[in-house]
Amino acid sequence: MTDKDQYKVHNEPFYQVQSNEVALYQAAYAARLPVMVKGPTGCGKSRFIEYMAWKLDKPLITVACNEDMTASDLVGRYLLDANGTRWLDGPLTTAARIGAICYLDEIVEARQDTTVVIHPLTDHRRTLPLDKKGELLAAHPDFQLVISYNPGYQNLMKDLKQSTKQRFTAFEFDYPEAQLETAIVAKETGMDEAMTAKLVKIGTAARNLKGHGLDEGISTRLLVYAATLIKGGVTPRDACRMALVRPITDDADIRDTLDHAIDAVFA
Amino acid sequence: MAEASTEYEHPLMKVYREQLNCGFPQVRDVFDDCMAEALSILSKEGVDAYLEAAGFLCRMGHGAEPVLAFLEKWPAVAEAVGEAALAPVMDGIRTMYKSPNGKAILPFLQTLAAAARRLRSAEQMQCYLDLILNFMARTTGSIHGIHQTFPSPGLPEFFRQIPLLLGQLSINGLKNWVEYGVRNYGDHPERQEDYFRLQSSDSRAVIQRERSGTLLIDHERKLDLYLRGLWRDSDHFVPYSLHFDILRKPVPYYDQLGIRLPDVYDDFAVPGSPLSISGLDRYRAVLAHIVGHKRWTTAVFADNLSPFQRMAVELLEDSRVEALAIREYPGLRRLFQALHPVPAESACDPKTASCLRHRLTMLSRAILDPAHSYKNPDIIEFAKRFHDLMAQGESGTQEMVDLAVAFGAKTRLQSDQLPNIHFPDTVVDYRDDNRQMWKFIEEGDEEEAFDQDRKVELTEELKGLPPRHYPEWDYTSQTYRPDWVSVYEALHPPGNAADIDRLLAKNDALAKRLKRLLDLLKPQDKVRIRYQEEGSELDLDVALRSLIDFKGGAMPDPRINMSHKTSGRDIAVMLLLDLSESLNEKVAGSEQTILELSQEAVSLLAWAIDQLGDPFAIGGFHSNTRHDVRYLHIKGYSEKWDDDVKGRLAAMDAQYSTRMGAAMRHAAHYLENQKADKKLMLILTDGEPADVDTKDGRTLIEDARRAVKELDTKGIYAYCINLDPKADEYVSDIFGKQYTVIDNIQRLPERLPELFMALTK
Repeated sequence: MTDKDQYKVHNEPFYQVQSNEVALYQAAYAARLPVMVKGPTGCGKSRFIEYMAWKLDKPLITVACNEDMTASDLVGRYLLDANGTRWLDGPLTTAARIGAICYLDEIVEARQDTTVVIHPLTDHRRTLPLDKKGELLAAHPDFQLVISYNPGYQNLMKDLKQSTKQRFTAFEFDYPEAQLETAIVAKETGMDEAMTAKLVKIGTAARNLKGHGLDEGISTRLLVYAATLIKGGVTPRDACRMALVRPITDDADIRDTLDHAIDAVFA
Repeated sequence: MAEASTEYEHPLMKVYREQLNCGFPQVRDVFDDCMAEALSILSKEGVDAYLEAAGFLCRMGHGAEPVLAFLEKWPAVAEAVGEAALAPVMDGIRTMYKSPNGKAILPFLQTLAAAARRLRSAEQMQCYLDLILNFMARTTGSIHGIHQTFPSPGLPEFFRQIPLLLGQLSINGLKNWVEYGVRNYGDHPERQEDYFRLQSSDSRAVIQRERSGTLLIDHERKLDLYLRGLWRDSDHFVPYSLHFDILRKPVPYYDQLGIRLPDVYDDFAVPGSPLSISGLDRYRAVLAHIVGHKRWTTAVFADNLSPFQRMAVELLEDSRVEALAIREYPGLRRLFQALHPVPAESACDPKTASCLRHRLTMLSRAILDPAHSYKNPDIIEFAKRFHDLMAQGESGTQEMVDLAVAFGAKTRLQSDQLPNIHFPDTVVDYRDDNRQMWKFIEEGDEEEAFDQDRKVELTEELKGLPPRHYPEWDYTSQTYRPDWVSVYEALHPPGNAADIDRLLAKNDALAKRLKRLLDLLKPQDKVRIRYQEEGSELDLDVALRSLIDFKGGAMPDPRINMSHKTSGRDIAVMLLLDLSESLNEKVAGSEQTILELSQEAVSLLAWAIDQLGDPFAIGGFHSNTRHDVRYLHIKGYSEKWDDDVKGRLAAMDAQYSTRMGAAMRHAAHYLENQKADKKLMLILTDGEPADVDTKDGRTLIEDARRAVKELDTKGIYAYCINLDPKADEYVSDIFGKQYTVIDNIQRLPERLPELFMALTK
């Protein structure tokens, strides 16, 4: 049997509650309803799930999805060894066996035929058929499936099927209000609020440009990076250029505008 | 005045006068003053040369004007560029004198001083002279190519514009501008005059291109992003030009039509500091100020305030919105402070001038700059009152009115009414004209009222779309001629769709053969990829082989899976037809014209593309000079291959010439907007690009070549199908390797669809 404990979240992750999402999640977990978290990158989706796993004291298995991922990467496969073949559970199967929260990060990145394998786990059946092994795995009572999904890509090819979408309850995340975000960055990095407020201001300026050459605004995660650099002794202007502007764009016009915003904010 | 000679005269002056030896009485009147100035600036040799040159101008036979101009201007010129410049200048004048351009000598001399002030060095002066002589030589007309007989039409106009031109262009820019005019209007006297008089639009456009500074047009997107990102605002930018209003410079403003900004800003050197503010930052300062007004200013009634009071109110309101903007983005303070003038406290004398503007600007500076050095107690008091108001919150326009009225009452001077107003250092050029902050109780006596209710006279109804302008590449100078070609797009007149169906029926056998080829090309959805280490399914054959290897003790091949990939066909096609006059010729050995054969070929091709399901459009073009390039719409991307389209194709008609580059650029703007992986533009033509207004055949070929390059950067693959057997001479220059010449035109209907399929396989 797999060691449950290695998947536990042992220390409390910092998560700033924004509204009633914790209570709602607890309710969903109580009923073992599958959960989908939506929102732009770096706004705290993964952190929230980690926090809830800690709060509920359940193991958490995270799978980062990518284009090359196949169904057997999730479910498991036969491997060759000296005596023939040996079955190895995939992360989804492991989670269903040990009763963990299985978190499929950025599910739309995976191919559509892959995502279909989660269907039987996400309705009343709560089973996972392992065709190749000839086993029908009934999910552990503690098992829950969570997926995250960033609707901002605006790509026809990368959208969830309705049949997948409609198996989940959903939370919509967005970047927090300026004040709250200031508090979050300050708490996460231990920087003073006046400086973090300036960082948040630059972040807001970039988010206003979304859709005008920027696919995504500056995320809270990048703001935290910038604050960390500043705390490490980098000058604020350089830190902002390095952590906030250069990563998100190659567009010279946008870079110029954001550089100007940095100059305008740090008088 | 003839008796002047009897008056007392300094003996030295008399010597000089004799040395000059010029009898014009007007010269005698000013000679002493000119000489006095010359003696203070020129060396002994310089004075001799000065008098000798003046003597020549006097005896030249163009009256007293040239010599007067020279005597007056030369000392200033010598001061600016050195007296050694006289020899080349006089050489230039002699050349003009010997040519039919004697009339240009006077304007040349009259503007020489202004030019010298801008040029500043002898080398630059030499460049300027070379430029003029070159210009003159190339525009002076000749008959039978032997004697130069007609004066250059543009030269006198050119001299008249010189102060303005050199104010905006470097000598190199000037050279390019002149070059453009000479090249394009060299043999068209009226146009040439218009160009050098700055009357024609391309003349201004070329100045715009050659001038230094930050052009609004180049930075519109950045400024738009600035508004959106930092201010959550967006508006149209409408440029206005500063060049042609010398007396009254326009000021930025905004109204419901957009924000008006100058078309160009030079970098601003901050006085007394090594800093300089880039043109882009100057635009940003203007925008920040205007957005401030939009956000925080509420219009107030102007009727109860005197003009002076209004001035004070506007100024304080400007300061208020800037203070609020700085509160939002503290870095703006640096920008505003650098751009805001610093009037010296003692600069204005209230006894002789009206100091109102000076006083107000000082107050504005004092509010903006906490480290100001003003001692005036009123300024300090009101700056403090302003900051006290602002400390309580955002304050408001009405509070600024009250404060301004109080300031006016406290500091009013009798001399404010003087007509001599102190202007230096009182213009804050990034501020708008504040027209939005006033409203009027009484309507009707304000200027705007006259603009209202103007009836728009309906003119002739538009047929087709308004023209679009495209640049044309000029290979001799390697530059674009801005907005050179006007393309008019219209729907092709309809004809009888049954004709096309009949053509298709005639080629029935061919169509059947094509159909088989088409089926092979049709996209297949899934393609199997074998030998994958990671794959969606086990590939049983390979797996068994691996197992056998494994059992046999050999290293098994781990690539035992297979997966699928989807391969679609995603091509957008634009078919561009040359409809020029030459298509009406009969094909050798056939009764059909090229046009008829093209029609047949295009119908088959259109049918084939339709079968494949690729989005495609058809357009035809011909041209009658650059002012009238016609683009005939036959089929758009959203239209079906139906009777309407067939009807237009059936009515295809050939006339005029082939200006290919413009048509390609126009067609490209449709193709560009198609969402497809591959974009293909097929150009069907029967000859080289040519037009009646272009003598140099090379120009349009080079332009078309340039257009192909432009298409390439837009991701459009241009391919030419040429029906001219002699096309090899030019077609590869234009299209590189992307062309086919079809010699046997009779086989065109068969070859064209085949070609298309080969291209897109």
